[in-house]
Amino acid sequence: MLAESLFFSAVLFSIGVIGVLTRRNAIIVFMCVELMLNAVNLTFVAFARVYGAGGQVFVFLVMTVAAAEAAVGLAIIIALFRHRHTVDLQNINLLKG
Amino acid sequence: MRPLDLAVPAQLMTALGPDLLLVAGAMLLLVWAAWRPPSTAHQRHVGFASLALALATGLYVISSLYAQRTATEGPIAVDNFRWMADVVILLGTVFAIALTIDDNARQDIGTAESHVLILFASAGMMLLAAAQDLMIVFLGVELMSLSVYALAGINRRSARGAEGALKYFLLGAFATAFLLYGMALVYGATGSTNLGDIASRIGELRLAGSPLLVIGVALMLIGFGFKVAAVPFHMWAPDVYDGAPSPITAYMAATVKAAAFAALLRVWMEAFPAAFDAWRPAVAGLAVATMIVGNAVGLAQRNIKRMLAYSSIAHAGFLLVALAAGSGQAGSALLFYLLAYTLATFGAFAVIIVLSRQDDRPVMIDDLAGLWGVRPWLALGMGILMLSLLGFPVFGGAGFFAKWYVLQAALQAPAPQVALAVILVLTTVVSAGYYLSVVMVMFMKPRPDDAPAPGPTPGLTRAVLLVSVLAILVLGLVPDQLVGLARAGALRATPVTVAPITARAPRP
Repeated sequence: MLAESLFFSAVLFSIGVIGVLTRRNAIIVFMCVELMLNAVNLTFVAFARVYGAGGQVFVFLVMTVAAAEAAVGLAIIIALFRHRHTVDLQNINLLKG
Repeated sequence: MRPLDLAVPAQLMTALGPDLLLVAGAMLLLVWAAWRPPSTAHQRHVGFASLALALATGLYVISSLYAQRTATEGPIAVDNFRWMADVVILLGTVFAIALTIDDNARQDIGTAESHVLILFASAGMMLLAAAQDLMIVFLGVELMSLSVYALAGINRRSARGAEGALKYFLLGAFATAFLLYGMALVYGATGSTNLGDIASRIGELRLAGSPLLVIGVALMLIGFGFKVAAVPFHMWAPDVYDGAPSPITAYMAATVKAAAFAALLRVWMEAFPAAFDAWRPAVAGLAVATMIVGNAVGLAQRNIKRMLAYSSIAHAGFLLVALAAGSGQAGSALLFYLLAYTLATFGAFAVIIVLSRQDDRPVMIDDLAGLWGVRPWLALGMGILMLSLLGFPVFGGAGFFAKWYVLQAALQAPAPQVALAVILVLTTVVSAGYYLSVVMVMFMKPRPDDAPAPGPTPGLTRAVLLVSVLAILVLGLVPDQLVGLARAGALRATPVTVAPITARAPRP
């Protein structure tokens, strides 16, 4: 079971990384980051079956912090949308040099 | 030594007193900040209250510095390394709040929450400096980062600020995921999140070459690399530093970096000393790339905030040299460097705030032309700060000794890092190209006739500038006392324990 869970979470993490690097919509990039965090959670839970509850406690911390991160992140995306009327990362280019 | 029992109130106060004071005060201030509608007067009042709270926490930390000289097991470290890191962090906090009060008034921003967010970010940083467990490291990183994401975009009228905040947020969250995955794999390899337990299990079970552990440490290094803006994970820094309000940029460049480096050093020295041979080449490679790219690209910058962003990247490279040395001196050298860098960075950004105009236009290096003629004291202060960032002897004050101690730590390590020391000196010479060009522009170039004289310096900005310049010069005269204090409570792990364990580990 452990090997399968670890393999699956590694695949999930990689999908998240590829998504962040290739997608251009800020909200989809953010969703891919959340996917990476959930892959990490899966890894922690899998290891917690071997080592005891420590890994599960970590998962609760990650879930709580991810919720707070989503609140801050979506607020920032809305603040940018009010200025530029787009969340496409290719059009966000005021800062260069 | 028995770990502190956090369920006993007296021991809890020993371990977390300053942190609890700061968080409780910040929550009360948040309620007060949201109580009234935004106005310039209200943000000023909340700002001064926040300043008082940060100073009180600083005094509490300094009293702990002399009272408590023991290291403990358990999730919270109580040692002088932590208290000294807290002093550097709270100094940056006080400077950042003072500059924000003036900068908000200049730009007519009434949001009183910016000061409270700085306090929350500092609480996260203090947690990072104290973390002796990967869970606490994660909580500290996130409390710091979430507050700073919001601070980067605190000026709602600025499109550049919103854009910088989005870039910082997306890359910061991306980096956090790497850091976490690394922590999960380290937990999987060793079965613990406590730094001391991880170190002892790596030694006992001879895990130094285990793929799970090596990949985990590498992923954590990537995560920290993003947070301290080490090359090749630095591409967000110039854009974000350019877009954020100047006091917040200084806070990100100096204080966020100080906290991240304190945690990085503690995790690497306490949890992974037995795997020193595995991670040292990676850290040394990061240091070399960061020093070379940061200083070389810094030469090409005309926008002064972007120039200081690349300078901050270059300084991260110098600090990584101290980490790669991995000696007992690394901790005190790193703390002294961070203190000198915090002083110089906040001073330089205080000058930038004086030179900023009402509009959103960035300050260019050419805007400083002939500053000596119109504002001689400002030019003199900026000159000393630039020489300090460069590490110039005597006139650069503490900046010279900061580099000196890092070089000493690198050369006197059990495995001397001669190549890194040589690259450090050579890239410092390259950095003279942009630091001295600022000095040249201020003192030698005539001021253009159409350039308006900069406005009067607001009181708090002047105080920050004065304190930072004087502290740099004084520390340049008596650096040894402070380093001695930091050394008294250096981290537990020393290279003496590194050598025998790695010698026993099987060679792959």
